[in-house]
Amino acid sequence: MPIPAKILVIEDEQPIRRFLRASLEGHGFAIIEVANAVDGIRDAATTQADLVILDLGLPDIDGLEVIKRIREWSSKPIIVLSARGEESDKVKALDTGADDYLTKPFGVSELLARIRVALRHASRRDGNTEQPIFQVQHLKIDHARRLVFVNEVEVHLSPIEYRLLMTLVKYAGKVVTHKQLLKEVWGPHDTQETHYLRVYMGHLRHKIEKEPARPTILLTEPGVGYRLVDE
Amino acid sequence: MKDTRPNPDELLARVQAEEAVQTRGKLKIFFGAAPGVGKTYAMLEAARKVAKDGVDVVIGYVERHVRPETYELTLGLDVMPMKSIPYRDAILREFDLEGTLERRPALVVVDELAHTNAPGSTHAKRWQDVEQLLQSGIDVYTTLNVQHLESLNDIVAKITKVQVRETVPDSIFDSAHEVELVDLPPDDLIERLQEGKVYLEDQAARAVQHFFQKGNLYALRELALRRTAERVNAQLESYRREKSITVSWPTGEKLLVCVGPSPLSSRLVRSTRRMAAGLRCPWVAVYVETPAMLKLPDAGRERLHQNLRLAEQLGASTVTLSGNEPVDEIIHYAQENNVTKIIVGKPQQPRWREFFRGSFVYELTRKCGDVDVYVIRGEGEETTSSLPTYPRSLTSAWPYLWAVLVVAMCTGLSWLLDQRLAAVNLVMVYLLGVVIISTWFGRGPSILTSVLGVAAFDFFFVPPRWTFAVEDTQYLFTFAVMLITGLVISTLTTRVKYQIDSSRKREQRTSALYALSRELAVVKALNDVVQSTIQHISSVFHARVVVYLPGPDQRMVPFGIVTESSSTSDRDESVAQWAFEHREMAGLGTGTLPGADALYVPLTASSRNVGVMEVRPEKERYPFDPEQIHLLEAFAGQTAAAVERINLVRNAEHTKVEVETERLRNSLLSAVSHDLRTPLAVIAGASSTLLEGEATIPHQTRHELLQTIVDESDCLNRLVGNLLDTTRLEAGALKLNSEWQSLEELLGVVLNRLHLLLSKHPVKVDLPADLPLVRADGILLQQVLFNLLENAAKYSPVEKVIEIRAAVRDNQLLVSVTDHGIGLAAGEEKRIFEKFHRSEQTGGRPGAGLGLTVCRGIIELHGGEIWAENASGGGARFSFTLPVAPSPEMRLDDELSSERKE
Repeated sequence: MPIPAKILVIEDEQPIRRFLRASLEGHGFAIIEVANAVDGIRDAATTQADLVILDLGLPDIDGLEVIKRIREWSSKPIIVLSARGEESDKVKALDTGADDYLTKPFGVSELLARIRVALRHASRRDGNTEQPIFQVQHLKIDHARRLVFVNEVEVHLSPIEYRLLMTLVKYAGKVVTHKQLLKEVWGPHDTQETHYLRVYMGHLRHKIEKEPARPTILLTEPGVGYRLVDE
Repeated sequence: MKDTRPNPDELLARVQAEEAVQTRGKLKIFFGAAPGVGKTYAMLEAARKVAKDGVDVVIGYVERHVRPETYELTLGLDVMPMKSIPYRDAILREFDLEGTLERRPALVVVDELAHTNAPGSTHAKRWQDVEQLLQSGIDVYTTLNVQHLESLNDIVAKITKVQVRETVPDSIFDSAHEVELVDLPPDDLIERLQEGKVYLEDQAARAVQHFFQKGNLYALRELALRRTAERVNAQLESYRREKSITVSWPTGEKLLVCVGPSPLSSRLVRSTRRMAAGLRCPWVAVYVETPAMLKLPDAGRERLHQNLRLAEQLGASTVTLSGNEPVDEIIHYAQENNVTKIIVGKPQQPRWREFFRGSFVYELTRKCGDVDVYVIRGEGEETTSSLPTYPRSLTSAWPYLWAVLVVAMCTGLSWLLDQRLAAVNLVMVYLLGVVIISTWFGRGPSILTSVLGVAAFDFFFVPPRWTFAVEDTQYLFTFAVMLITGLVISTLTTRVKYQIDSSRKREQRTSALYALSRELAVVKALNDVVQSTIQHISSVFHARVVVYLPGPDQRMVPFGIVTESSSTSDRDESVAQWAFEHREMAGLGTGTLPGADALYVPLTASSRNVGVMEVRPEKERYPFDPEQIHLLEAFAGQTAAAVERINLVRNAEHTKVEVETERLRNSLLSAVSHDLRTPLAVIAGASSTLLEGEATIPHQTRHELLQTIVDESDCLNRLVGNLLDTTRLEAGALKLNSEWQSLEELLGVVLNRLHLLLSKHPVKVDLPADLPLVRADGILLQQVLFNLLENAAKYSPVEKVIEIRAAVRDNQLLVSVTDHGIGLAAGEEKRIFEKFHRSEQTGGRPGAGLGLTVCRGIIELHGGEIWAENASGGGARFSFTLPVAPSPEMRLDDELSSERKE
């Protein structure tokens, strides 16, 4: 039996901690709970947790500050929790170094999916090489030949569309913020021009999705960015 | 155990502190017959005693030249530093009123109550300082000599032959909490004087030999004792009254004193006050304005006002009557107002004048009927006016030139008529000239016309012509008759003209007051009230008017726009502040801050002060007369009532809005609480079932219950989201975070979020491929689509298609969501967007009726429109528009890719 991944939960609301412990332990994770940011930063260093779940609204220290402190010495995945209507906080957290986010209230399946993706990316970063073929639903990408297939039919993409898709695939399963996408696809100068993204994502969806208005692969995270599903 | 109760001493201290704020301070006067009897010493001794008991005592002011024994008494007590006021070349040192008010001691010792403050002080007199201290709840110890009491002032002057200018109103003395008589037999006082133990002011030094004569001192001592006894008597009287006896004027008397511009009138006023006090009856000071009074020199007019003010200060009501016959006016007034005694001064004019003009006193006694007339002797002491006199522009010379011109014209006319008329008839032509001039210009020029007319007649028409010599002596008779007739005509015409003028003036004022009150009755805005007031008062009084209303923290703020020219200095605002806080007039012509350039009249309404009116005469520093002040008060009263009315209306409206808000809040609460409780009840019920029957519930049921919990949680979450949006929209706290958005993308998000709810409805999406991006807040716009689609799914039967369409029309993006459900009831199209509105067609399906309200709020925030209608094929259609902005600049794909390759 593999060693269970260790998850540090930094959350001040006791009922949410209890719910997280119950659901995560039930799925084979080891849980460490702390109720404030100071203990959280300390435990992130001392307990060798594999992943951190961080509530952005902690009473003692601002969540962004916690991310910064952890990122000073560790690249372990951080998933932030926040309420609806706080999109700009989420974006800031993601741009500061968080890996993904969940909007309260959330279901267990969502949470587990995020954790799995985050852990997978972390292990990949640690040395696992990228697979030559990426496949999800009806989309197949041959990295080596730089070809894109939808239902086994090759699709022609413009250079920008291709770069955009490749960036999303690189972070498959994870949310990618507008800023991050713009930076990786268009370069560091155009990070405010979100309309580029709207237009090219539209193009991509029309080429890849069965119903562009009901996408199943290229999902929009409103106010935050995009996510390419990986399962 | 820790005792948290306050100890009794603390409680007592707290109660005392509260009392000090709430209640008026107590005044104790150390009263003496003459300087040197030891008032200051007694006062300081008393203060020390009180200080020893732990009371916070401060020495506010003690004469600097006190004897060493007296000075020693101040040691160990807290002494307030003096305020230095620069005056001309010297620096005057005065009691620091403001400092003391700030320091807030329990008791202040202030010597010399009758002292006149240096020009530039807050108040003209020290007793006004003391009054303010008392109003602020600070106790005061002070000293006073009998000669400074207003009503005894003239008696003392008669006894000692020293005129004392500094006086204190009797009301201060009478209302004092305690008066302690400091008594010293005259022999001892003289002995102390000889030993040099008595400090005298320099000015008084010359009068020492007069003042400190034994006879004088006896008389003064008697006065002081008697006045104190009178006070005690009055106290006893009022005590009795309080206990049971109803208030009534024991004698049923009412006194009337005739006041004029004569300096003697002040004595008359004081005597009447003493009589009234003795009889314990009300009294009234009357002044009759006659044509002669029009010619009164400024000094006389000023003295008249002073006399009337004095009467007011001493407790009389003052009345100004107008008419030609003072006697008739006075008798008429006395009879109308049940006056029992009339007090007049002994006539001052020589007998020969009485012969011609009649005797006022004689007339009065002849006509007085039931009313007693008291004639009081006046002596030729001349009280000089303490107020500065104001230069008046010289009477214009024009009327006199006209008089000369008219005589010349009459001469010309007579010359033409000379051949046809007898010489005696030419007199008529000149008399005509007199009539014309007296009608136009009044008495002076018409007298000139009479005299010149006689001269011209003599010179030109009476033989021998071209000389003033007269051949026929019978012409002398003609001259005499001509002159007398001319004078009589001028007198009569002037009198009539005066009456017309004065009644016109009165009429003007009355009608101005009427006009203002009529105007104020209809205006609804504060601004209109102030504008009307300013307009009317400015025109009637020839003055610039500014209305001050209390701002936040009750500071006086000039209302409306104040132009550069009439901008007010800080000092003026402080006068306004004083008038507001004390509900008394202040500034020009009053006892408080008379140095100001304007008069400040408080706007006192029925319940409280609502502001202050600043009236600045157009003529520099020319004070208003009492009649004008009365009228100003009437104007102020009207304005205050109007301002108060508007304040009350505003308060009422405010309350109405609050009630309305409260009602809305309540309906929100009831709607929300219902919709919140329903899912909560389901969740609680389902989860407790699961908890209690853990082992017994079949797997299928368990799954159903769990699904219910999840669904209801979603429902709750949506409800809370809409509630939050509604609140933020209403509070105006929702800020648009506009970015370029793609409708297709937003729709994708919503359809994904709603995929469970929409799983039983086919959704048809019809978007043109070239749909432009719109500038909008993505999160909010997505919420609109979410609510519309959720509604469509909720209110249309399973398997019925929901259609989503979009198009660009007239630079607007038009989006519509159509369902094939029950549709809208007639007339419901608008109401459906209202808060808490729930369609009767929905058959009690849950929802707080907030979803569409949120949609409308968000769309309107974006500058779009939203509406509902019934679709042609049945079912409801909700449509909204969003403005389409010019598309953003885009760099082409190729350019970008080539750029990247470089």
